This record gives sequence, structure tokens and C-alpha cells, in this order.
Amino acid sequence: MFPSQFDYHRPSSVAEAIQFLQNDPDAKILAGGHSLIPAMKLRLAVPSALVDLSQVDGLRGIAVNGDIRIGAMTTYAQLRDSDALKAAMPLLSEVANNVGDPQVQSRGTLGGSLAHADPAADFTAVVLALGGSVKAVGTGGEREISADDLFVDLFTTSLNPDEVITEVTIPNPAARTGMAYQKRGHPASGYAVVGVAVSVTVGDDGNVSDARIAVTGCTPKATRATAAEQALVGKPLNEASIDAAAKAAPEGLDINGDHYASAEYRAHLVEVDTRRALEAAAKAL
Amino acid sequence: MAEAVATRIPVKMTVNGTEYAAEVEPRLLLVHFLRDNLGLTGTHIGCDTSQCGACVVYLNGESIKSCTVLAVQADGGEVMTIEGLAKDGEYDPVQQGFWEMHGLQCGYCTPGMIMSTHSLLKRNPNPSETEIRHALEGNLCRCTGYQNIVKAVQYAAEQMSGGSAPTS
Ligand SMILES: Cc1cc2nc3c(=O)[nH]c(=O)nc-3n(C[C@H](O)[C@H](O)[C@H](O)COP(=O)(O)OP(=O)(O)OC[C@H]3O[C@@H](n4cnc5c(N)ncnc54)[C@H](O)[C@@H]3O)c2cc1C
Ligand code: FES
Ligand code: FES
Repeated sequence: MFPSQFDYHRPSSVAEAIQFLQNDPDAKILAGGHSLIPAMKLRLAVPSALVDLSQVDGLRGIAVNGDIRIGAMTTYAQLRDSDALKAAMPLLSEVANNVGDPQVQSRGTLGGSLAHADPAADFTAVVLALGGSVKAVGTGGEREISADDLFVDLFTTSLNPDEVITEVTIPNPAARTGMAYQKRGHPASGYAVVGVAVSVTVGDDGNVSDARIAVTGCTPKATRATAAEQALVGKPLNEASIDAAAKAAPEGLDINGDHYASAEYRAHLVEVDTRRALEAAAKAL
Repeated sequence: MAEAVATRIPVKMTVNGTEYAAEVEPRLLLVHFLRDNLGLTGTHIGCDTSQCGACVVYLNGESIKSCTVLAVQADGGEVMTIEGLAKDGEYDPVQQGFWEMHGLQCGYCTPGMIMSTHSLLKRNPNPSETEIRHALEGNLCRCTGYQNIVKAVQYAAEQMSGGSAPTS
């Protein structure tokens, strides 16, 4: 299978990349290509040109002083293998190690995953639960978009067509924060049938002061499970509160079904995986 | 809509130690460049949809699915295919492992399996069975049931660490 014809640009700076995007509204950014190239082979995407970010300086790398800052073109393999990241926030390396397979990890990028907003992606939910944000640079200048505002709908973000994600920030977690991700991967592709990411902070009084829970794989976009969050805040993090949160997790979510997994089954998985993720987060406190 | 024109783009890459230069359409996939332009047909095409791993090669030291990478993305890079593994007519330990442990039947998946295994053992010279199976998740085999593939990987790991090969 061949994609249809397109022009190919390989800019060396973000400014030059934005210029190409501005000049041609049907051009698309090429990062790892592991969502875009398959879509182009199936002619689901027919861009007139690709703007390959691989040679743009400064888009790769991981900085772990306080907040964690990750260049948009950093690959899953780099997240998986980074000793600094494994020490600072091992969850991110673990999640990267379970995206697709090692070959997908060699090519796929964190920025590409967030920009693509696949409803079954992993890092969308993880970055949302961790309260992360992206730096977007476009003709209008630079802005920071929180994950809460980034994901709009199925494969749709609040990025403008001429905006490039350059960096992803995961804020330094508060003291006594536990985080975890539970995923049920599709047996063929590894994409999440359901994934639940949680980040729970316990305050000085021993009660949960902050809880962020995000689901993927079952909703049109990575979505906060607010009913589950509310079931935890103000309570001690124990079996009873975790059970209540797990049972509440599917409430209010627009859960979809397909030939592989019905909506009912996915709702059940949301409950089970929320429970397991919270148990893992409680252990990691 | 801006009309795309089929401008050919010059690319240069080292494949199995030999430098090649060519002019290619941007939409040419790396797997087709290797097979059709260079005649290196050891790299297979199975699914053509990024799932099966028959097309796995090294690009700049990392294993990748060459059906999901454009030839222009490999410009300036170093590629190694299954044809590049044997040295002076001697099989690489991973190739030996698949031979010794009967890690193949029809052989269609084998070049990709071997390249993925090679890259696993570079990162993790002594993998557990779970780690082997996890690392080969992107490689599908319709014949073997994977048992002998796991044994082949274990054999190669032993050989490469200088230990004696397990007999079984
Ligand atoms: C076999 C297979 C299995 C997979 N399994 C999983 C899985 O289990 N979990 C999972 O989460 N994903 C999975 N993926 C998807 C993979 O993670 C993709 O790599 C990822 O979704 C997109 O990242 P990319 O760098 O490849 O982006 P590309 O494919 O290059 O781009 C995707 C989209 O984002 C845009 N874009 C890319 N980078 C930027 C940027 N910096 N700024 C603005 N826009 C940008 C592009 O224009 C394009 O529209 C799988 C893919 C394959 C082929
Ligand atoms: S042919 Fe490339 S993954 Fe199947
Ligand atoms: S040996 Fe036939 S597909 Fe693996």
C-alpha cells in the first residue's frame, strides 16, 4: 500500500516548520509517523505535504528538575530507557514500555500521541491524570495548553492547524502522591481497550486532598472520571473509598462499544481497572 | 488545495555497510526501497499495516517496522537488514538459535523475528521468558506457536553471553 503523493519538507527550526504549515493548509506535521503513515496508506489521511520535524533542533530530551519537561519529538523508546526518568517518575517509563510494541516505541513520539488524540492512546489519559500540559508554538506565538483543554473530541485537539507542540510538562507531584496506570491492551495492536490513569494525593490529615482519574479506550477522547474523583476527596484512601470510587467511575462517561468489546463490558473494565489503579497508587504512596 | 507534485528527493543511506544514493518519491516506503530498489528481499512484507513485524530492520541502531517508515525518513541514516547479520559466512548467534532450536516453520516471519530478537538482546542480554514474549509482541508467527522461538532467543542469549547453549 502506498500513500497518495505528497510533498516533503524537512525544516531545521520550529519557525521554518510553522512557515510550511502556514503556506499550505493541507500540509501535516510528520513526527514518528506511526499514526499518520498507516492512515495515509489507507488514504484516511491525504495531506498535500508532510513537514518532518525529525531534524528540528531542541525537540528531543527529558529534563527532570522539579517539573518534568519532555521534548515533543522524544520517542517512547527514549522514555522507556531513560534512567533519569525511571528515577524521577517511573510510571512514564512503564507506560512507554507498554505502548504498541518495541518497534512502535522506537518511532512513536509523546508529542505525536497527544496531538493525534487517538481515543485508544495511552499517554493522553496519563498526561491528563498527571495534570500535564503542552507548549504549542504557532504563527500567533507561544501558549501553554493544559491537557484538560487539549482533548476536544475523537482525534480532535484545541491545537490550531499551524501550531506545533514543542514540549510536554508534567508538574512535580505534591508530597504523598501515588500514581498508576492500568491498561487492557487489544491483543493485536496493543491499543487500550480500556485504560485508567490515576494520581492521588493524601494531605496532612490523612485524607485524599486531590484525585485525578482519567480513562481512555472507551470514550471519544481521554476523559476525567469525575464521579470517581469526588468519591475519594476528603476520605482516607482505603478499601472502602477505593471501592466506592471504582463503582462510581463509569458514571457520566460516554462509553462506546464495538465488535471487540461492548459498552457494557468496557464500563465493567473501567470499574475493575480504576480499582486496580487506585490500589497500585495507594501502595506507591 | 495545494497540488502535490511527485518531485523526487535525493536520499543517501548506508545499508549493511554499503552506501547507497538514490532519488525517490516521498511516498516510497523504506521496505520497498530495500526490496525493490536494492534487491534486499530478505526483509518481508506481511500485513503492510504495522502489525506483523515481518518487515523489521534496524534504523540507526533501533528496530523498526520498515513498512511504516518512509525512505526519506531514513535519509542520512544507517540501516541493517537480515542480510547484514552474518559475518564472513558465519551466522550471527540469533540466526544460529533459530536454526538450532527449530524456531521457524515456513520462515516468513523469521527475518523480522531475528531482527527484533537481535535488538532485544542488545538492550537486555539476559531476558526472562516474560521479557522475551513482551519484546516480540510486534512480531506475529502463524506457524510455530512461539515456543521454539522463545527457545531460539534463549539459545542466542546464552551464546552471546559466552555460556553453553541449553540443550532441550
Ligand atoms: C502497531 C501499532 C500499535 C500501536 N499501539 C499503541 C498503543 O498501544 N498505545 C498508544 O497510545 N498508541 C499506539 N500506537 C500509536 C503510536 O503511539 C503513535 O506513534 C502515536 O499515536 C503518534 O505519534 P507519532 O509520533 O507516530 O505521530 P505521527 O503519526 O507522526 O503524527 C500523528 C498526528 O499528530 C500530528 N503531530 C505529530 N507531532 C506533532 C507535534 N509535535 N505538534 C503538532 N502536531 C503533531 C501529526 O500531524 C499527525 O496528525 C500504535 C501504533 C501502531 C502502528
Ligand atoms: S509488513 Fe510491516 S508490520 Fe507487517
Ligand atoms: S514460521 Fe511461518 S509465520 Fe512464523
